[in-house]
Amino acid sequence: MATAYDIATKQAAPEQDGLAPVIAVENVHKSFDGHKVLNGISLHVNQGETLAVLGRSGTGKSVLLRLIIGLDTPDSGSICIHGQDIAGLALDRMGEIRKKMGFLFQQAALYDSLTVAGNVAFPLEHHRRDMSKSERADHVRQLLAEVGMDGDLEKMPSDISGGMQKRVGLARALALEPEILLLDEPTAGLDPISAGEIDELILKLQRERQMASIVVTHDLHSAKTIAGRLALLNEGDVVIEGTFEDLQQSETAFVKEFLKQS
Amino acid sequence: MSSRGLIAGANISPPIPVRRSVPASSVVNSTVGLFNGFFEWFGELGIFSWRVFRAAITPPYEGRELIRQLDEVGSKSLPLVAMAGAAIGVILSLEARYSLTRFGAKSMFPATLVYTVLQVMGPVITGLVVSGRVGAGMGAELASMKVTEQIDAIEASAINPYRLLAATRILACILMLPLLTIATDGCALLTGWFAQSLVEPLSFHQFISSGFNGAHFNAFLPQTFKTAVYGLIIGLIACFQGMRTRGGAAGVGRAATNSVVLASLFLILADVLLVKFILVFFP
Repeated sequence: MATAYDIATKQAAPEQDGLAPVIAVENVHKSFDGHKVLNGISLHVNQGETLAVLGRSGTGKSVLLRLIIGLDTPDSGSICIHGQDIAGLALDRMGEIRKKMGFLFQQAALYDSLTVAGNVAFPLEHHRRDMSKSERADHVRQLLAEVGMDGDLEKMPSDISGGMQKRVGLARALALEPEILLLDEPTAGLDPISAGEIDELILKLQRERQMASIVVTHDLHSAKTIAGRLALLNEGDVVIEGTFEDLQQSETAFVKEFLKQS
Repeated sequence: MSSRGLIAGANISPPIPVRRSVPASSVVNSTVGLFNGFFEWFGELGIFSWRVFRAAITPPYEGRELIRQLDEVGSKSLPLVAMAGAAIGVILSLEARYSLTRFGAKSMFPATLVYTVLQVMGPVITGLVVSGRVGAGMGAELASMKVTEQIDAIEASAINPYRLLAATRILACILMLPLLTIATDGCALLTGWFAQSLVEPLSFHQFISSGFNGAHFNAFLPQTFKTAVYGLIIGLIACFQGMRTRGGAAGVGRAATNSVVLASLFLILADVLLVKFILVFFP
């Protein structure tokens, strides 16, 4: 029966066909006001792969995503995107890397002064000035149609439900056709039906676009549906990383307890 | 035993109040903490100012957002500053007429009103009114965006929030304050003349000629354009307070309040230096 160490070792060098991982987090530490949140975490994600990061609330899952997108900086360790270490990069240089990344915030973080269409068009207006107004409008309509929101273009974020806001947030994250997608609790706060619809949507987008994705979630069912690999965090580090079957075979007490409670 | 449970006849003296002295170390720690907080605030403001300055001078420029902010700061503040100017004009007219009549200098009324409005009251009143309206609005708006992660979303979309949010607002304040000051001055002079005319008829032409008699541009232009510095203070403080907010709705409220209070305070303190600067360089 595979132990956590065996699984971790097997997954330790996930190079794909000799190519370096798209996202490489190496020995990252992060504390806030003396409280250690990430304690030497390391993980890798390859192109076309989805990694689900699981764990209890407050174990640093969202902090990990914020470090990868560069909204916070690690205390030590390195985070490489396509081989480039992003720690300490200036804002404008980091911007060039962020253009290849899409981020879905836990509460969607839609701009409340813009309509649904305005929110999705926002990154295009700034980074795709080569597009004409009609091309942009068509692209926005297409993105919203992909997430099932093409009937609500002129609505304001306050007029739509949480699930719909997440869909719009997802469309906005995909606006610049990113190679990397980061999703922070995409199904948090949603009813089971809406959560299932979001999962199916993410799966469909993954199949079509082959992005390197990290999904942070505490929903094991969701993680099983959308991710090929799962990483379970506890006390700021990865306890186990592998497929769902690997987690089920683990002898580690924490892993068993997490699976039992999920 | 008495009915109150005390032994009858017992001589029980009232408790002696214990005076608790505050340890000297606690006072010292609080004072040090205050000073630290004071210098930390200025340090963070300095870093924020540098980031905004760098963002403002490097492309791509946010022209559309700047125009939107010019409308927000300028056009939407116009009715308020006009009303404030109108009120000031009437108040100064009533007060000045009384004082000048008492000292036999009634004929100096037009010049007194013109110089008082253009050199002192117009700029300061405009600055304080705009600080209240725009400072609170900007501080609250950016604070609300901060606590709902909208600013993080802007940054995650590879857009510089210092350029898009802060630089545009600050520049709009710098450009609009002198124009709003002119509007305040105009309304104040108009209503001041009107209030005077109700008591002692005087044509507007006569009023203006008499008021500006012997005046040079140097007497008024520096005082009007110093309000660009007011705009810088209002925009910078409001954006800084808003973009560093924490703590949900309470944090938003604090940001709005602090934006107004600090902007107004720094504006008045800056005026002390600016007045001296103008007196030295534009005698």
